[in-house]
Amino acid sequence: MGNKDSFGRTLIFVLITCLVCSVIVAGAAVGLRDLQVANKALDKQTKILEASGRLANAGTDIPAAYDKYVIAKLVDLKTGKFVEGNVNTFDQRIAALSSDTSIKPVNDIAKINRRANQSIVYLVKDDAGKVDTIVLEVRGSGLWSMMYAFVGLETDLNTVKSVIYYDQGETPGLGGEVENPKWKKQWIGKKLFNNNGDIAIRVVKGGAKAGDIHGVDGLSGATLTGKGVENTFKFWLGEEGFGLFITNYRQELKLNGGH
Amino acid sequence: MADTKEMKKVLFGPLLDNNPIGLQVLGICSALAVTGSMQKALIMTIAVTLVTAFSNLFISMMRNQIPNAVRIIVQMAVIASLVILVDQCLKAFAYQMSKELSVFVGLIITNCIVMGRAEAYAMKEPPLMSFLDGIGNGIGYGAMLMAVAFFRELLSKGSLFDIQIMPLLRDGGWYQANGLLVLPFSSFFVIGLIIWAIRQYKPEQVEKD
Repeated sequence: MGNKDSFGRTLIFVLITCLVCSVIVAGAAVGLRDLQVANKALDKQTKILEASGRLANAGTDIPAAYDKYVIAKLVDLKTGKFVEGNVNTFDQRIAALSSDTSIKPVNDIAKINRRANQSIVYLVKDDAGKVDTIVLEVRGSGLWSMMYAFVGLETDLNTVKSVIYYDQGETPGLGGEVENPKWKKQWIGKKLFNNNGDIAIRVVKGGAKAGDIHGVDGLSGATLTGKGVENTFKFWLGEEGFGLFITNYRQELKLNGGH
Repeated sequence: MADTKEMKKVLFGPLLDNNPIGLQVLGICSALAVTGSMQKALIMTIAVTLVTAFSNLFISMMRNQIPNAVRIIVQMAVIASLVILVDQCLKAFAYQMSKELSVFVGLIITNCIVMGRAEAYAMKEPPLMSFLDGIGNGIGYGAMLMAVAFFRELLSKGSLFDIQIMPLLRDGGWYQANGLLVLPFSSFFVIGLIIWAIRQYKPEQVEKD
């Protein structure tokens, strides 16, 4: 054998190192994938149950509770009607990448860039099997990042049950407080629309007045994140968001003697 | 063969005498990023300690074979593989944590401590001692991280490990949270003060002009 610094030895050593490292990395990625995918799904199911207020009933078996309470359905945002489709394979983020399955919103106030043509809506049943919560998936730009949230609504599709931000990259301690339980709590019972049916929900810098059913306190030190939250709601409740679906589904619930 | 006294020095020296952040001034970047809460700092400590220890171990085992011309690249490959391994394991076994830490875990690769110890120690010393050196430096790094996180979390949120110690004014308590310490750069102040305190206690660490 030659000396370890010879050209041939160097080449062989580098090749072996690369091979061994790539086998280890690839092995870990493949071997752990099932666990990771399961974790991701579990996390999403937990958030949806949380958004519908069913998490307390769920106990330790989240997937079972999810299957029991939640029906996921695809909605065509253009027509506002339910459509057939596989909710397990549908991914809004992927659908928003292609021009075949998404559009560029005309009035992109939430700065989402592209919006998928379809969205999943989660209908959550109570123990008697009657739908009592509708969970919508929304997203919008904050100060630094795209913020993703689930919004739980009562069957009037106006009263808020919960706003659960589950993925965002705002400043921890400031904008990141959108995940703070105390901030989330004040959304409960707020009305999204006013009596004329216009979008009225807003985030009030410096704090909403007591008794303001449309106002949510802004986060101190995070005015722009609050603006982003408000715009997210304005966009997704509007014509290019769930606007038509909300009108249609209200009608449908009324026809079925909803509540 | 190394005796226990030498081992002790390698293991606990980095705590005060040769702290990677305090004296070597390495790994500052991550010390800013993850010290907002004690829990994050603890997880980061464990991750960095494991990566430093094992990268030192493997590099030390290979040290007589590594060609001089490519040694930095080889160290990098070993470290990067280990970090990906840690990240994948976090995603599989501690998903909530990985969601908060994923970006920072990737940053372990660029943490100067890991490569610093590989180049400065593991390239010359036998595997066992290198492994201990990695653990020691991880502990030293972690001690500093936890100390910074202690002050930052306590003064900015009134809590430790998310347990409320001082009730906040906005929740009806008496403590006015310090917003400055929420921001990462405030770690500079805390680290500076800690380094000053260590050097008061151990004046031999002060650099000569």
